[in-house]
Amino acid sequence: MDLDTAPMTDAVNLRDELEAVGIEEILSQLDRELIGLKPVKTRIREIASLLLIERIRKRMGLTSDAPTLHMSFTGNPGTGKTTVALRIASILHRLGFVRRGQVVSVTRDELVGQYIGHTAPKTKEILKKAMGGVLFIDEAYYLHRPDNERDYGQEAIEILLQVMETQREDLVVILAGYGDRMDKFFASNPGFRSRIAHHIDFPDYSDDELLDIAELMLRDMNYGFTPDARAEFVRYIALRKKQPLFSNARSIRNALDRLRLRQANRLVADLDHVLTVDDIRSIEASDVLASRVFRKAGKSAEAS
Amino acid sequence: MRVTQGCFSFLPDLTDEQISRQVQYCLEQGWAVNIEFTDDPHPRNNFWEMWGLPMFDLRDAAGVMMELNECRKVYGNSYIRLSAFDSSHGWESVRLSFIVNRPKDEPGFRLERHEMAGRNIRYTTSSYATDRPEGRRYG
Repeated sequence: MDLDTAPMTDAVNLRDELEAVGIEEILSQLDRELIGLKPVKTRIREIASLLLIERIRKRMGLTSDAPTLHMSFTGNPGTGKTTVALRIASILHRLGFVRRGQVVSVTRDELVGQYIGHTAPKTKEILKKAMGGVLFIDEAYYLHRPDNERDYGQEAIEILLQVMETQREDLVVILAGYGDRMDKFFASNPGFRSRIAHHIDFPDYSDDELLDIAELMLRDMNYGFTPDARAEFVRYIALRKKQPLFSNARSIRNALDRLRLRQANRLVADLDHVLTVDDIRSIEASDVLASRVFRKAGKSAEAS
Repeated sequence: MRVTQGCFSFLPDLTDEQISRQVQYCLEQGWAVNIEFTDDPHPRNNFWEMWGLPMFDLRDAAGVMMELNECRKVYGNSYIRLSAFDSSHGWESVRLSFIVNRPKDEPGFRLERHEMAGRNIRYTTSSYATDRPEGRRYG
């Protein structure tokens, strides 16, 4: 519905309004498909409610300035920042706060140029592409290089800040990155911190949540654990978490990809066997146990 | 004399709101919108200068309007037009173009008659503005 042509009303049925926008559907999809992330979901719900009320206020003629919607997502690798950014874009789009709902995902390379005079057109081009939608800047702290005063990143930051301020109704900027580095980034760019209304922190997943995630991913790929394999995978998660470079759901995804490889290899090894659908679908304990994670853990146990 | 070329030129000047709606139409057709400017209003002047690069892959008119406003800041007293380029196979050319900015004062055109052999006459139109060198034509 076009907001400009909507008749002015003084009574609004919230339930009808909610249904008309279809926001509940997205929120429950968010609940279903994203495991854990309680604080994130609560915050998104709050933002969605605010936007809904804001929308109704507009229809009643109680205008206020467009709310600032720029956000920053902080959290460890693999905690779902990008996934949530995509969802946010569709929520904002349904509520009519961004006109097109596309997400333009960029990193430093796409914003910062390589020589004098290269940065501004580059940054502006990206901004123009993101107009009417969401600009998602991954690992935003790379924009600022404190060790190099002549770095062109600062120029990109200035253009971003200017557009974030003057064209709030055209564009929502989401910055994402690891917590500690983002803090440093905001500390050296106070302008950014104050222009961002929503700072959302993504917590790490617990072991149970990681298992849920693994099973959800497998289900989407039309695979499944056998009960034994599931028990082994619980052990796998606990061991993998202690190893360096653990990146939450991303590590799980990679582990699953390797499981699929090993399962395929096991099936191909026995050419005489007649395969059933169950054989092809199921991941066995032996597939999980072949992982390097167990071998390493065994070695360190022997050594100690 | 008001220059009329491209679309909408017999209408009153478009407001920014109207320009933005037209641009949005172009973007929805998948056309790339370009900004061009010139201070030579002759209808046969094909060589308008381009403001920045052609804007491919835009979704929303706000990006074009941002550039247009930048261009107006610098060339506010010249002709500025938007053209929409269709890159699809078989077209590969401009589908729509319209003037979005014009000088405050448009002096118009002079008609020159060249007397040829016999009583033949050849006609030439030239803009009064182009009597002065480029860049100084509109004050």
